[in-house]
Amino acid sequence: MALQAIAFYLLAVATVVAGLLVVSARNPVHSVLFLITAFFSAAGLFVLLGAEFLAMLLIVVYVGAVAVLFLFVVMMLDVDFAELRQGFAQYLPIGGLVAGFLTLEMIFVAATVATNGAAGKSAVPMASAPGVPNTEMIGRVLYTDYIFFFQLAGLVLLVAMIGAIVLTLRHKPGVKRQDIGKQIARTPKTGMELVQIKPGEGISE
Amino acid sequence: MTFAANFSLVLPEAILGASALVLLVWGAFHGKVSPLFTGAAVLALLGAAVAAMAGPHGHAFNGVYAADAAATYAKVAIYLFSAIAVVLGDRWLAVRGDQKFEFAVLIVLAALGMGVTASAGDLISLYIGVELQSLALYVLAAFRRDDAKSSEAGLKYFVLGALSSGLLLYGASLIYGFAGSTRFADIAAVAHGAHGMGLLFGLVFLICGLAFKVSAAPFHMWTPDVYEGAPTPVVGFFAAAPKLAAMMMLARVLGDAFPDAAGQWRQILIITSLASVFVGAFAGLAQSNLKRLWAYSSIANVGYALLGVATGGETGLGSMLLFMTLYMVDVTGFFACLQALSRDGKPMETIEDMAGLVKERPGVALAMTAFSLSALGLPPFSGFWAKFYVFGAAMGSGDVLLQWAAVLGLVGSVVAAFYYLRLIKTMWFDAPASAVDKPQPTARAIGFAAALFSFPVVLVALIWLDPAARAAAAAFGHA
Repeated sequence: MALQAIAFYLLAVATVVAGLLVVSARNPVHSVLFLITAFFSAAGLFVLLGAEFLAMLLIVVYVGAVAVLFLFVVMMLDVDFAELRQGFAQYLPIGGLVAGFLTLEMIFVAATVATNGAAGKSAVPMASAPGVPNTEMIGRVLYTDYIFFFQLAGLVLLVAMIGAIVLTLRHKPGVKRQDIGKQIARTPKTGMELVQIKPGEGISE
Repeated sequence: MTFAANFSLVLPEAILGASALVLLVWGAFHGKVSPLFTGAAVLALLGAAVAAMAGPHGHAFNGVYAADAAATYAKVAIYLFSAIAVVLGDRWLAVRGDQKFEFAVLIVLAALGMGVTASAGDLISLYIGVELQSLALYVLAAFRRDDAKSSEAGLKYFVLGALSSGLLLYGASLIYGFAGSTRFADIAAVAHGAHGMGLLFGLVFLICGLAFKVSAAPFHMWTPDVYEGAPTPVVGFFAAAPKLAAMMMLARVLGDAFPDAAGQWRQILIITSLASVFVGAFAGLAQSNLKRLWAYSSIANVGYALLGVATGGETGLGSMLLFMTLYMVDVTGFFACLQALSRDGKPMETIEDMAGLVKERPGVALAMTAFSLSALGLPPFSGFWAKFYVFGAAMGSGDVLLQWAAVLGLVGSVVAAFYYLRLIKTMWFDAPASAVDKPQPTARAIGFAAALFSFPVVLVALIWLDPAARAAAAAFGHA
């Protein structure tokens, strides 16, 4: 138990500190690296909760794909971050006010949770059935109870794909593309042309 | 519950999903947009509307999807207006030689997303529906990708929409954390008890996210820019169906998941409602671009609809549904007329462009006058009846706060009357600059039909619409 508590506090502190560094780091590449750290520690927290599938998913999807994609974007795009920061002082008062309100409210909610507990007894989310690991449990419900959400999420991804194609694909005329059907259908007759050349005249195209 | 029983409840969405896939393959292989293709998209939407109307009522997939009278009412309206948007957009793009088959596919998918939100019984289906709808709308806003303003509109809509989705999701996760379930029925059961504080905190975030989607003040900043930049038929679509879908979401969340917290959310809604009415009325005064002007007009009208939601109950939500339906007809008709008009091949988008329109195109000018008078709220046009029901519900609620809100809302609509009257004055009494091109016939026909609905058909239609909206509103709160 003590080991678990130590692990929890270590990971929790690492997550929060990494999160703070993401927004405060001067170099955007460092920000992304801290983001990856935050994802890793969050994955550790998931393991502590017994949600090993989610932990692996976080690493594979967020660290493996999303964060690396961020890194690419940050390094490839020539964004002038000094220029982006220019309005910082100008927007600080209003931003600070909103952030202050939110912090106050969060503290208020945290205090309520501390005194009353998070949810009513009836409202505690159901853990997976005893003896069934949560990876198997997710597999069981994903295509049965949650089939509606699963299919709709597929459609959301489809829309994203259509959108990317509509907004970026351009059919340029005059680009030579390989057409295998055409290549196979070629016969000696269509592939070559016999030209009678009169002596001394050459061929004019 | 068997899969077949579940499936029969989600049949409208299934039709739309399947037809979107078929249309996509058809378009990708055929390449060109033919009248047959557009007709098929329209037919799919009409088929979904019929399926929604004729389908059974009940809760599908463990209560995450509610097919009830309210969902039916909203879906029929949403699918019909989406079908009109497909036709209008197709004609508009055809004039510019920029037809792409993805346009119809995206509208069908957006309609599918709206249908899901309209019958959401769970925070997850609400969120996925919102995302499906919004993603399609972002792309539609930027559909003219070579036009800088259209791209700007798409990007602005996307960035702010993503922010609002973030707020919505944050609220949803807080609610899940405190309620222990994402299903509206379970949330309502927990919200009934003493653990309301954290739930309300989540609810506020959720309302903020949804207010972004309906473009209610103070979350309205994106609306004028997006409306100005997006293609005209797309704007007509934005102002109609997605607004009703977002209103349905608010009604679902508040009516199904938080019926007992009405005292708390009513104050928030009254404030956003009045803020929207006044922002729409005063900021609209300074506009010269008609699309921006109608963006502010839509903000103000969302304010009135929110007053209906704030009133709550059968009369309040019923008046909101009725208001939105009548408003959708008005705004679709107006944008149909706007897209039909051009002068020397250039679209007419400012108030000055409309000068002397009545001498050039008396029919279109009359129709636009009808829409302006209706939006102004002049009896006996449809806009008057819309406001009549909303204010009537607020006055009849017996809540002093709501009654004062209704009075202030009336003041706001008097201020807004100025810009509608200015448009009418320009059309009727100013000298025309040069000849107006021949209006695009399909768009003009849709505009005329909407104008006829706005007056006098509305007087007959209300006999049937009012009880339908009431019956639909009675379905809320039974998640």
